[in-house]
Amino acid sequence: MRKVYASTQIEIYKPEFSEVEISLGGSVAAGPFSNVDDFASERIDINKLLIRHPEATFYARVRGNSMLGDFNDGDLLVVDKGEEWSHGRIALCYLEGEFTVKRIHLENGVCMLMPSNTSYKPIVVTSENTLIVWGIVTYSIRKHP
Amino acid sequence: MPLFDCNNFYASCERVFNPSLNDKPVVVLSNNDGCVIARSNEAKKIGIEMGIPAFKVQELFRRNNVAVYSANFALYGDMSRRVMSILSGYSPLQEVYSVDECFLDLAETATPKEYGLRMKEHVGRWTGIPISVGIAPTKALAKVANRIAKKYPSQTGGCYVMDTEEKRVKALRWLSVEDVWGIGRRNAVKLQAAGVFKAVDFAEMPESWVRRNMTVTGINLQRELNGIRCIEFVEEEKSKSFSVTRTFEKEYGTWDEIKERVVTFTAMAAAKIRKQQSLCSRIQVFLQTNYFKDTEEALSRSVEVRLPFSTSSTLEIVDFVVSGLKKIYEKDLHYKRAGVTLYNFTDEKHHQPALFPEMNANPRHKGLMNAIDAINHFSSSGGIRLASQDARMFKMHQEHLSGRYTTDIRDILQVRGE
Repeated sequence: MRKVYASTQIEIYKPEFSEVEISLGGSVAAGPFSNVDDFASERIDINKLLIRHPEATFYARVRGNSMLGDFNDGDLLVVDKGEEWSHGRIALCYLEGEFTVKRIHLENGVCMLMPSNTSYKPIVVTSENTLIVWGIVTYSIRKHP
Repeated sequence: MPLFDCNNFYASCERVFNPSLNDKPVVVLSNNDGCVIARSNEAKKIGIEMGIPAFKVQELFRRNNVAVYSANFALYGDMSRRVMSILSGYSPLQEVYSVDECFLDLAETATPKEYGLRMKEHVGRWTGIPISVGIAPTKALAKVANRIAKKYPSQTGGCYVMDTEEKRVKALRWLSVEDVWGIGRRNAVKLQAAGVFKAVDFAEMPESWVRRNMTVTGINLQRELNGIRCIEFVEEEKSKSFSVTRTFEKEYGTWDEIKERVVTFTAMAAAKIRKQQSLCSRIQVFLQTNYFKDTEEALSRSVEVRLPFSTSSTLEIVDFVVSGLKKIYEKDLHYKRAGVTLYNFTDEKHHQPALFPEMNANPRHKGLMNAIDAINHFSSSGGIRLASQDARMFKMHQEHLSGRYTTDIRDILQVRGE
């Protein structure tokens, strides 16, 4: 994907020609599009945009409303286990026998898992509950019916 | 030359998606929930043996609260590809030795231990799969080093480097001869009869004895244990053939039974070659009888079928397979094993059709096969099958199957937000 124009409002990317099949080894029929090879490049691939570490990327589905504001019920999450966790990132966590998605909040050595929906309470991580930060949520995908 | 080996791989895969299983005994059962094919360390400790039929240890499972899983090969295969892909990034040469093991050809480094630990950490963090690393001058010694890393995780940190003569000798004194990589049961018995019990004794045996009793494979193995590289690196290529071979759960004798099995294997193999967009023009079919009690030998027959055209259509391939099968099938024998291999591939995209239509594959099958593959991909109950395959797939016993978390969008992790 090649950027051909950028301003503060909009970015324009070069259109792709990959629908044209290029035969290997055979002769290409001459015609109006005979120089199409020169423009051959790959079509925009959403996988490449959303996935930084393919081997470490997994998907998860949001259930419930505790992250309303960031995620709706049913949103698809792109989770990267290769990303470092830190204050402010949204993580897929495993806590007390369940997977949950929350924003990590670190302050004065106290770790809290913050729901985005203010009607839910933050969870304070203590030595009694074992927290596993399973991966970092890098993108979310929502269907708009 | 390092060897990377995933620890209790199948059980570890289940744990990635169910962390509550950490520190608990986990076992994975073979197809049809028959036998134990993987155990976590905790399950090993309570005495669950590898390969034992599940029904024999039900009580042990119950008493120890063992988490029991049906084999989820879709998940294990994907996790394996992730692990192998990460490791391949460290070396231009990788030999994937099995689903959970690979050798790498690493350049000499001043700090192999740190390097090995870094790779282990990388795989662990990205995939959740724990691995052990054994680094040694040869493949056979890397196997030994890996075994030490796995056996003594707290002392080695999961990575053992065999970089001195002292360490080599010490390791071979520790290792029993039957546990040497590739030695085989028959050779182990021979060696023990000759008074050889430890790997070091085998390494020090006269070469003439080894040549006489164990052929050139034995010589290579012995040299490798002595630090001389002679087992070549096998690089992975794009699949040039696909086989589906199975041992039957019981003996089969009648034509209908054998035909049904072989047709089912053919359908599986044909689906596989369509996935990599290959067409095949040769097929091998084989049948093997059970071991005859008096001679201890099995009768094995095979036939090669040359196709007049290249195809990946299940319908066409099955026709040729059945015609080949007719040639090798004999009544009144007890068959225990059969298989189908498809080969002589051409790429679907670059296939040159023949001039005369009757020498070509039926072009209408392509759309049909695409439709069947698409339906079977989304079907959890066996999908579309040929009438000559029976409904046995529907009956597959998988009582404890976990989700196909990474290969089926309907099975991905569900995250509670309460």
